[in-house]
Amino acid sequence: MSTLPATTELRGRRRLRDSIGDRLLVGVTLGASVVAVVVLGLIAWKVLRGAHLAFSKFGLSFLTESAWDAQKGVFGALPGIYGTAVSSLIALVLATPLALAIALFLSELAPRGVRVVVGSLVETLAAVPSVVLGLWGILVLGPFTADHLEPWLNRWFGWLQIFSGEPSSSGILVAGLILTIMIVPIIASICRELFLAVPSELEEGALALGATRWEMVRGVILSSSRPGIAAAMILGLGRALGEAIAVAQVIGANWGIPTSLFKPGDTLASKIVEEFQGYSTFLQLSSLFYLGVILLAIGLVTNLAAQLIVRRFDVYRTEAR
Amino acid sequence: MAAVDHALTVSLRGDRRTRRRRIVNRLVELVAILAAAAAVGVLAWVVYAVAKRGIDLISWSFLTGDLPIPFSPEVGGIGPLILGSAILVGIATLIALPIGVCIALFLEEFAPGWLRVPIQLAIDLMVGLPSIVIAIFVFSALVYGHAENGLAGSLGLAIVMLPLITRATQEVLRLVPSDQREGALALGASRWRTVLGIILPSSLGGILTGTVLAVARAIGETAPLLFVTGIYGRLVVLNPSHAMPNMPVQIFIWSESPDPLDHKRAWATAFVLMAIVLVTSLVARIALNWGRRNVTR
Amino acid sequence: MSETDTMPQMRPVDVAVPREAAEQTRETVFDIQDLKASYGSNVAVRGVDLQIYRNLVTAVIGPSGCGKSTFIRCLNRMNDEVPGFKQEGKILYHGVDLYGDGVDQIEVRRRIGMVFQRPNPFPKTIYDNVAWAPRILGLRKDLHERVEKALRGAALWDEVKDRLKKSALALSGGQQQRLCIARAIAIEPEVLLLDEPASALDPIATASIEELMHDLKTDYTLVIVTHNMQQAARVADRTAFFSLDVDESGRGAGTLVEYDDTGKLFTAPSDKRTEDYVTGRFG
Repeated sequence: MSTLPATTELRGRRRLRDSIGDRLLVGVTLGASVVAVVVLGLIAWKVLRGAHLAFSKFGLSFLTESAWDAQKGVFGALPGIYGTAVSSLIALVLATPLALAIALFLSELAPRGVRVVVGSLVETLAAVPSVVLGLWGILVLGPFTADHLEPWLNRWFGWLQIFSGEPSSSGILVAGLILTIMIVPIIASICRELFLAVPSELEEGALALGATRWEMVRGVILSSSRPGIAAAMILGLGRALGEAIAVAQVIGANWGIPTSLFKPGDTLASKIVEEFQGYSTFLQLSSLFYLGVILLAIGLVTNLAAQLIVRRFDVYRTEAR
Repeated sequence: MAAVDHALTVSLRGDRRTRRRRIVNRLVELVAILAAAAAVGVLAWVVYAVAKRGIDLISWSFLTGDLPIPFSPEVGGIGPLILGSAILVGIATLIALPIGVCIALFLEEFAPGWLRVPIQLAIDLMVGLPSIVIAIFVFSALVYGHAENGLAGSLGLAIVMLPLITRATQEVLRLVPSDQREGALALGASRWRTVLGIILPSSLGGILTGTVLAVARAIGETAPLLFVTGIYGRLVVLNPSHAMPNMPVQIFIWSESPDPLDHKRAWATAFVLMAIVLVTSLVARIALNWGRRNVTR
Repeated sequence: MSETDTMPQMRPVDVAVPREAAEQTRETVFDIQDLKASYGSNVAVRGVDLQIYRNLVTAVIGPSGCGKSTFIRCLNRMNDEVPGFKQEGKILYHGVDLYGDGVDQIEVRRRIGMVFQRPNPFPKTIYDNVAWAPRILGLRKDLHERVEKALRGAALWDEVKDRLKKSALALSGGQQQRLCIARAIAIEPEVLLLDEPASALDPIATASIEELMHDLKTDYTLVIVTHNMQQAARVADRTAFFSLDVDESGRGAGTLVEYDDTGKLFTAPSDKRTEDYVTGRFG
C-alpha cells in the first residue's frame, strides 16, 4: 500500500520523539533525586566543616566537658547532652503510655463518629507550631507548673532529688512536658495505624475463645505490634531530641547539670538557638556547630533505627505467612 | 423440653474470676477514654489560651498595619509578618513542589532497585532532620559572610517541605492501578506520555493535598528562619534578597521579651498563625480522607 | 474412631432406620425459637425454629446470602460484636436464654466455641496458640497436659509435637485449621461451631477436617455451616436447609426451610425448595 512508507516514517519520527521525551523525563526526575541526595550530603558536610575548628581543638572530650566560656575559649557539650537526654526521656516516658491508650481508643474502643473526630483532633495537636506551643509554655504551662504541679510533686515526692528545690516556671520539667505534648500525636497515629492493620479475623478468633476486649487487645494486637510500637517510640524520641524552639523558650537557659527537674537547664538544640546570633568568637561559633553535629548524628541514628525495626517487622510478617 | 438448669443459669452469669476480668476490661476502657480526653483537653487548653489572649488585638488595622516601634505603647500591626510568611512559604513551595514530584516520579516509575534504596533513604532521613540543623546549614551556606535574606529562609523551608511532598506524591502514585499504566503502554503510548498524561493527572488531588499539608507545616517553622531572616525592620518587605519579616520568628522574639505588650502581640500573632495552620491542615486532611475513600472504594 | 456409638450412624444410603425414637433420648443442647436477627434495618434471618441435639453433627446448608453464618454466630453471641445487631426470639441453651439478663458473653463463648472459615491462628508459637485461652481463664494447672490433649483431639499432636515452639504461621492450611480446632477445644467447650471450616482448604486438608469431625462428635456437639452439599451429606447427622425468603416488600431474609435427618433431607425432602436445592436445580 502506498501508505506504508509514510506509516513507518511517522512511526520512526514518533519513536524518536518518544525516546527523547522518555530520556528527558527520566533525566529530569533523576536530576531532582540527585539534588536531594546532594543537599543531604551538603548539609552534613557544611555542619561538619563548621564544627571542624572546635573538633580539632577539643576532640571527643568536648562531649564530657561542661564549661562554656567564650572569653576563656573553653566549651563543652555535657550539660546540653544531659538536658537533651533528660527532657526527652521525660517526654518518652510520659508520652508512650498516653499515646498507646489513645491509639487503642481510636482503633478499638470508640464508635465510628467519635473515632474520626477525636482522631482529627489528635492530629491537629501535631499541627500546632512549636513556637506557639513554646509561647503557651512560657506564659501558661510554666506558671501552672510552678504554682501547682511542682509544689505538689515537691510535697509528695520531694525526697527524690529530681523533685527537690524551688518551683520554677521554666526548667527541665516544663520542657519535658512540652515535648510530651509534641510527641504524643506522633506515637499515637503510628500505633493507631498498626492496631488497625491487625486482621479482624485474629480479633474474632480471640473473642470467640471467650476473651474480654482487653485480653484480646493484649494477646493479639499489642503482642503482634511490638516492633512497630518500638519504631514509633524511637521516631517520637527523635523528634523530642531535635526540638529547638519550644524547648529554648521554656527551659531557662542554664548551662549546667542540675539534679532537680525544676531547675532551668539547656539542651543541645536550645543552646544553638540561644547563642547562634550573638556569638563573639569563631571558636564559639564552631562549638555551636559541634553541637549541631551531635544533633545531626542523633537525628540520623534514631531515624535509621526506626527504619531498621520497620524493615525487620515487615520481614517478620511476610516470613510468617 | 428440659427443665431450666439453675446451676447453668448461675454459671453463665460468670463467677468471681469472670467479674474480675470484666472489671479489668472496664478499667482499661476508662484509661483509654481518659487518655483521649487528655489529648483533646490539652489541645482545647492551648487553643483557648491563644484565642482568649490573642483575640483582643485582632482588628483590620492590626492585621495590615506595620510593625510597632520598639518600646512604643502603640500596638502596631503584623501586616509585614503575614505578607513575609506568605512570600517565604510561597517561594519555598515553588522550589519544593516540582523537585518533590520529580523525585517521587523517579522513585515510583523509573528508578531501578539499586538506585531506589539510597534515594528513598535520603528522603526518609530528610524527614527526621532536626530543623535546627537545617537552620545552621542554611546559615553557613548562604548567609555567613553575606547579609540575611529571605531566599535563604525559603531554602530552609523547602528542605523541610521536600520530603513531605515527595512522600505524599509517592503514596498517591502508588494508588494508580497498574492496569491503567499497562493499558496506556499497550496502546502504544510512550513512557513519558503515560506518566504525564495519565498517571500524573490522576494523582493531582493527592499531590495538592500533600503540598497543602507541607505548606501548613512550613508556615509554622521557626528554626530555619531564625538565623537567616531574623533581623528586619518594621515595614513590609517584598524583596526576598533582604531579610524578610515573618510570623514565627516574631512570635519567638516577642515571647522572650519582658514587655507584657509584646506578649499580647505574640498571642495575637499566634492566633493568626494558628488559625491559618489549623484551617489549612483541617481542609487538607478532610480532602485527603475524602479522596482516599473515593479512590479505594 | 470411637466405638462408643450405640446409635446407628445415618448415612445417605440407609434411610430405613427410624430415628424418632432414638431422638427422644438425645438431649437438646440448643432450642431455637422463632429467631430473627438483623443488622440495623437489614433482616438477615427470620422464622428459625429448630433444636440441636447433643453429640450430633448438625449441618446448615443453603445458597449464599441466606443467613447461615448469621445464624450460627447467634449461637455464641459473636454477632454482638457487630454494631447495630439485634436479635429477637429465643435461643435456649439447655433451657437458659443465651440473650437473657445477666448472661455474660465470655461465659457463653467459653462453652460454645467457634472455628472460622479461614484459619486464623495467632502469630505466636503453636504451643502458645493453644495455651493462650486456658491461661486467661486461669486454667494454668497441668497446662502442658491440656495443650497435648487438645492437640491430640484435633489430630495434630503427632505432626507438631516436636515443634511446639515454632510459629503457628509456618503450618499448612489444613494444619492451621486443626490448630484452631485444638485452640477451641483446649478450654473444654460443650459445643463447637464451624463456619465453613474447610472452604479455604485443599481437598486433602478438607478430608482430614471431615474425618476429625467424626471423632469430635463423641465429646462435643458440632454445628457446621457449609455451602458444600456433599460435605453435609458426608459428615452431618442432621441437616438444616436455609433459603432466601422474599417478602411482599421485595426484601429478602434467610429462613429455615427444612430440618431433618441428613439422609431423609437429601433423598426425600419434604419441601420443594429443598428438593430443588439438593438436586442442583438452583443454588
